[in-house]
Amino acid sequence: MTNLAEIWVYLAREPLAALTATLLAWLAAQRLARAARFHPMANPVLFAVVFLAGGLLLARVDYRAYFEGAQFVHFLLGPATVALAVPLARQWRQVKRSAPAAIASVIVGGVFAAAAGVALALAFAAAPEVTASLAPRSVTTPVAMGVAERIGGLPSLTAAIVICSGIVGAALGPALLTLLGVTDWRARGLAIGTAAHGIGTARAISVNEVAGAFSGLAMGLNALATALLLPLLWQLFFG
Amino acid sequence: MIAGLTTLLCCQLIGEILARWLSLPVPGPVIGMALLFIVLLLRGGEAPRALAQSADGLLANLGLLFVPAGVGVVLYLPVLAKDWAPLSLAILAGTLAAIGVTGLLAQALLRRLDP
Repeated sequence: MTNLAEIWVYLAREPLAALTATLLAWLAAQRLARAARFHPMANPVLFAVVFLAGGLLLARVDYRAYFEGAQFVHFLLGPATVALAVPLARQWRQVKRSAPAAIASVIVGGVFAAAAGVALALAFAAAPEVTASLAPRSVTTPVAMGVAERIGGLPSLTAAIVICSGIVGAALGPALLTLLGVTDWRARGLAIGTAAHGIGTARAISVNEVAGAFSGLAMGLNALATALLLPLLWQLFFG
Repeated sequence: MIAGLTTLLCCQLIGEILARWLSLPVPGPVIGMALLFIVLLLRGGEAPRALAQSADGLLANLGLLFVPAGVGVVLYLPVLAKDWAPLSLAILAGTLAAIGVTGLLAQALLRRLDP
């Protein structure tokens, strides 16, 4: 019989355990969200991250060792981003008529989202690299990491901030929009996609197909606008 | 399913090559999304069945794909402990303000331009 320490060494080295743990945590998180009747506050991404982060800290497993296995899931973010074209094309007839309004509100909202984060960080005298990591907060993870790197932020801190922002937007955004009287599914989708990128879009897709298509559109547009504009604006104000 | 996934990967690959070749600031997958979108529109909007299946399957579990990067938060617990006030305020207030502003503006513009 092999002793437990040797089995542990095998598990820590091979990607199998981390990959399996990620999928199990996701299934448990989904079950929990279902038990809460898909209330927006019961966000499955948040649950799964808490389970896994807690597990890593308790078992003293290094994040890099965990990511060796989890990267197979992470890799699928690329094809999933491409896949957003499918619902967008399906809904295009409806989206097309609203395109000018959508583009204007996403650009204004996206710039506002970046400015609000930077202003709050400056007001609290956060470290410069923390401020720079906050600026691209509202766009999808790979874009935000690239932009943060260009303006002097910490890409992986940005990834954590982006995901927290997405969870906040997906969890609290719908209630806020209802409170403000934003009942139009198109406007709700645009707002969530602009500020809460893919995590908000994942929520929007599961609630309403129109909101999902507009959320995906807003996420893509904001990624484009932020990638092009933010480094220029940053140089203008802080360069 | 494999055919659909291959289409998605091809679009991403072309996007990555274009981004590097032309040194575009936009990431490859976003360019891939734009390419696939144009191709689908030229075909009349509806995706072939295999592609639609793969895309809908991935998007139905979109949240899962953010989990590995999200767990990376464990690396930043010291930074979070030190700068928790600006970080949590920027994340909470900043995100909610952006949602409010975008939602109200979008609804007002949509009512005026496309009732």
